[in-house]
Amino acid sequence: MITTPTTIQLPAPALVLLMGASSAGKSSFAARHFKPTEVLSSDHFRALVSDDETDGSATADAFELLYALADKRLARGLLTVIDATHVRAADRKRAIALARAHDLLAVGIVLDLPLEELLARHAERRERDFAAKVIQRQQGELRRGLRGLAGEGLRHVWTLRSEAEAEAAQLERTPLFPDRRELRGPFDFIGDVHGCREELETLLESLGYLRGEAGYAHPEGRRAVFVGDLIDRGPDSVGVLQLVMDMVQGGAALAVPGNHDDKLAQALKARGTGQWPADLGATLEQLSAQPAEFQGAVRGFLSGMVSHLVLDEGRVVVAHAGLPERYQGRASARVRSFALYGDVDGSVDAAGLPLRRDWAAEYDGAALVVYGHTPVAGVRRVRNTVNIDTGCVFGGSLTALRYPEGETVSVPAAAIYAAPPASMTQLAVAPTEAQPAALFDLATFFSSYTLDTRAGGQIRVPAASRPDAVSVYSMHGVDPRLCAYLPPTMSPVATSPQALELGLLEHPAQAFNYFRKHGVETVICQEKHMGSRAVLLLCRDEAAAQRRFGDALAGTLGTVYTRTGQRFFASDWEHDVLTRTAQAATQAGLWDSLSTDWLLLDTELLPWSLKAEELIREQYAAVGAAGLAGLSGSTAALAEGVARGLPLKEVLERTQERLSHLEHYRAAYRRYVRRSEGPQDVQFRPFHLLAAEGQTFFEQSHLWHLQKLAELSGADPQLFGKTAYQLADLSDPSSVAAATGWWTALTAGGGEGMVVKPLDFLPPRGVQPALKVRGPEYLRMIYGPEYTRPSNLIRLLERALKGKRTRALQEFRLGLEGLERLAAGDRYDNYHPYALGVLALEQGRMDARL
Amino acid sequence: MLLRLTLHYSPATDLGYLLHKHPDRTFTRTLSFGQSQLFFPHIAPDRCTAVLQLEVDPVALSRQVERGASATTAPLEPYVNDRPYVSGSFMAVALKDAFGTAMSGRSKERPELAAQALDFDVELPAVAVRGEGQAEEFFGPLGYAVTATPIPLDPDYPEWDEVSYVSLRLRSTVRLQDLLAHLYVLLPALDGRKHYFVNEAEIEKLERYTADWLPTHPAREAILRGYLRFAPLVGQVREGWWAEEGTAAPEPVERAHVGRLDAVAEQLQALAAEAGQPNVSVLDLGCGEGELLWRLVRSSVFRPIVGMDLSAQSLRRAAERLHLHERPEVAARVTLWQGSLTYPDSRLHGFDLAALVEVIEHLEPHRLPAVTAQVFGGVAPRALVVTTPNAEYNQVFGAEAGLRHSDHRFEWTRAEFAAWVHEIERRYPYRAAISGVGAEHPDHGHITQMAVFRRRTETEHAQGDTA
Repeated sequence: MITTPTTIQLPAPALVLLMGASSAGKSSFAARHFKPTEVLSSDHFRALVSDDETDGSATADAFELLYALADKRLARGLLTVIDATHVRAADRKRAIALARAHDLLAVGIVLDLPLEELLARHAERRERDFAAKVIQRQQGELRRGLRGLAGEGLRHVWTLRSEAEAEAAQLERTPLFPDRRELRGPFDFIGDVHGCREELETLLESLGYLRGEAGYAHPEGRRAVFVGDLIDRGPDSVGVLQLVMDMVQGGAALAVPGNHDDKLAQALKARGTGQWPADLGATLEQLSAQPAEFQGAVRGFLSGMVSHLVLDEGRVVVAHAGLPERYQGRASARVRSFALYGDVDGSVDAAGLPLRRDWAAEYDGAALVVYGHTPVAGVRRVRNTVNIDTGCVFGGSLTALRYPEGETVSVPAAAIYAAPPASMTQLAVAPTEAQPAALFDLATFFSSYTLDTRAGGQIRVPAASRPDAVSVYSMHGVDPRLCAYLPPTMSPVATSPQALELGLLEHPAQAFNYFRKHGVETVICQEKHMGSRAVLLLCRDEAAAQRRFGDALAGTLGTVYTRTGQRFFASDWEHDVLTRTAQAATQAGLWDSLSTDWLLLDTELLPWSLKAEELIREQYAAVGAAGLAGLSGSTAALAEGVARGLPLKEVLERTQERLSHLEHYRAAYRRYVRRSEGPQDVQFRPFHLLAAEGQTFFEQSHLWHLQKLAELSGADPQLFGKTAYQLADLSDPSSVAAATGWWTALTAGGGEGMVVKPLDFLPPRGVQPALKVRGPEYLRMIYGPEYTRPSNLIRLLERALKGKRTRALQEFRLGLEGLERLAAGDRYDNYHPYALGVLALEQGRMDARL
Repeated sequence: MLLRLTLHYSPATDLGYLLHKHPDRTFTRTLSFGQSQLFFPHIAPDRCTAVLQLEVDPVALSRQVERGASATTAPLEPYVNDRPYVSGSFMAVALKDAFGTAMSGRSKERPELAAQALDFDVELPAVAVRGEGQAEEFFGPLGYAVTATPIPLDPDYPEWDEVSYVSLRLRSTVRLQDLLAHLYVLLPALDGRKHYFVNEAEIEKLERYTADWLPTHPAREAILRGYLRFAPLVGQVREGWWAEEGTAAPEPVERAHVGRLDAVAEQLQALAAEAGQPNVSVLDLGCGEGELLWRLVRSSVFRPIVGMDLSAQSLRRAAERLHLHERPEVAARVTLWQGSLTYPDSRLHGFDLAALVEVIEHLEPHRLPAVTAQVFGGVAPRALVVTTPNAEYNQVFGAEAGLRHSDHRFEWTRAEFAAWVHEIERRYPYRAAISGVGAEHPDHGHITQMAVFRRRTETEHAQGDTA
């Protein structure tokens, strides 16, 4: 079969995306048609950064450099080819956005070869050691993407469907429309005519143009170049159009559109619908009296005009409203808008007309820019620009600039056809007054914020997370004066093949090994409560509250907040709970034994369903209901099939097993649901005594903390529960076995598990302050009902803990520092940032299951 | 999850010919999300049942979601969800995979039967729906006898009574081809969540399977919304298929919103004129999606213009509305900041004018004093325009109206607003003028309350102190 070779009319400069699966022959195609310096190949960049062009791990780095280079080339207006697979829409989007940012077109050349050809070529390429499947997948992705390609912003796409077609394709570079640098002049640039036909004729004649059969022409071959706004406002828009169209047709003139010409073009396209401004209305009326053939010619003429022209080897640019260098010779809606309307920033004047800014004052381009649009009393030369709109229609004059001579020729207006517009004032941004910074200042927190800690040096809070943390806190947080501390995150233990053999994802042995390895001799295992984390701030009485926290605690004894700083209770519940906690503390004698009149405690609040009922209902119960119903239906149907003798026994057994997992799952979440009718159903399980007046308790062991806090439970066992614990001497196997047995017993009944901590509150430097070892049934709620199937467990074995552990340590240190400052009596702007810092660290991406 | 399809017919085993599957065999197919089995658990002369049962791999699913990386509300949602168990888009994909030929209406052995309406019975034990009665609304108008039995979320907790899942039974005399097309479109539409990204290719698919029934379906809007999810796509189909039937007049609260923004913009314009400078800096505190900002942009006197909001999402929309990315000249004038009135922020100092439009009523009452202090003691612009709803006017909407917006923490009467304004005058160097904006009721006043604060000059201030 003979096919006509495809001819690719490539606009240049442009960004060219080569697309196609590996082995489609993109690179050899590029080598045939482009200069080596024009082609940026992802393979080549991968090789540059990693010495191996197939090294997938180098892809991100390679593209970063590739795009940086493409950016520089496009800024210079150079044709650039990206040779990468581009099978994914996201990759194409990035390239298209880059082209747009430079106001250049992005075009695509697709090598969509049949799969057999691709695989055959791949087989020949020994150096490629990736699987043929990759190619198949790439080709599939490409094919799916091809359908939607038109909508992605590629100006043209050429598709070559076979090796033969790719071989035969011809490529022709065509300059972008504005690029007429081959026209060397000489030129006579003519300002805004606005329907002033008589003045135009006089001007042309004084410039030496002669009227012939085909309109005006210059005997020496000079060319007139109109800067736009041929029509409206003046007496004879149709006559001017006729004259200019004849000249352009005859090769004696060029023209760029003005905003008025553009409006007329749109009106003619929309044809008779809508309300037009008075000026345009008059022009349209004159035009409608003309023969249809002429109207058609006007339409063709107007729509054929290009936003601006680059002439004489790039030495001179003409655009109606002017054009900064970055837009010259380029093509985009932004370029067109600037060329037609100028530097408008959205402001309008009293009449609702856009205000124009003086772009020329900042022009620093190499090309001379000739423009009009803004009427001026006399020709205005600023930097390398000339405004030649001397307001003929407003009673000024019609001006021509002779190029390259540089002299101007003007013809005065015969009349004032329209009222001149108010002159424009120049605007500049006034610098805002500098103010002395407050101690804590969002501006500083956002720009460069490290938090100093005694325990861990400076901790950097990631810039991207800070505004989000502030948002979260502002929306729901308690008064910042009350929040020095948010609970740090905690890492789980590592997984191990030994645990997996027991069907467990988490097992105490890994926690004990971790701490033993890091030189910890004794650990404390604490029961992990099935509740919500809650921080309890409590004052002895209202006077104490007022003294330490001012009107942030007006009329109350404290507050209870969540791990994100949100208030736990509505006022009536909070009041009830706080009154009773204060009584318990008084009864336990804590105020005196700790010589303080306020306390901050880290606790778990039970029941979990108090805060999480919606989550339990909408996520956990929903999954249970759907899973049980769906899988029961399946087992019933499969059983029928087996009864008929169909070979479905294996599927049936598998499905029955899955059904039993769903039953366990429902049982797991049900343990957390308790109806709470009132504040009397709430219980705290405190485990850290965080701070009090003038003191923190980090030098005390965890045992001391638990024993001290148990006094509260002694005073009010309904409101305060105890945290069960077990000590383990890591050098004593029987002690370790006992702790392991303790965990097994806790979790056998579906318990949440335990937290293992070094007995000392402050762990050795760089060591985790705690590790959690969660029970297998609790984990069902985290990892999904079916996570314990061996085939699933094995896939969960590799979970990356490093990020989580770094974060846990940083948050722990921030917590200590905030608490020290609170205890020392600092002002809130000195301690609250540490809580915000924790919240900001929590905004970063992390596997939520850890 | 599974689908049972029963044919009541003699000989019912012709179902095998219709489905192109031999009733004595089982068929296992591998799909991108797991596998499907097709088998016939029941064969009798007058009744034959085919079952399509799906095994979705939850772990593989969660990994796909991880890669998709879209932020969801619940952090564990990507890992623990109902997707593997409900008959939604997975079932639709499996249906088409297993019954592709039948869906196109072809049958090699029984072409006349494929073209004929037959008595079918379909059972689906777990179908995700978005509310009670929805299955009836979707299938009923197509001639099905529909039995949708709600599945309780948890039998131990009957108070959790929302209907998220039903076990669904459909019976109708219908061509198999049509039955499958209905299921193929309506199961995902009931569910309203697809496991794959929905794009324009989806419209083509929809048109292919629904051209002869959806355009006249009374629940077509709800079906489209469920199936396509994205409003632009829904609009696209609607445009092609049926014209929008008349747009309702905007609600009074909505009209008030537009009028209020115009009034605030006008007020700021007047304050700018008082200032008598060529450039007046203006700050919109709580700028949301930029509705006031674009009104301000039109006036050249405002420069720079700063919008501040808590929500990064709102600011992204504001930037889109103002075309800040495409219009560098506008971007040079307008800045958007994420920030908060909970904290001191030196970026906000030294502005000529500021607006606090419909912000205070969103604050917890106990946070208001601190925010007031930030605005009048910290930001302290030369003049400030504040608006908030007038609670008294709510009676005009009807006695049951309550708060105008679910996110409002309070709405003030005119006396309450005045008290707040006067307290500010007492504590900070400002004098205020209270007025109203928008519709006015002879007894209840304007729909919106407005106060314009002007910072007192040094002399005024001194006089105020001695008075």
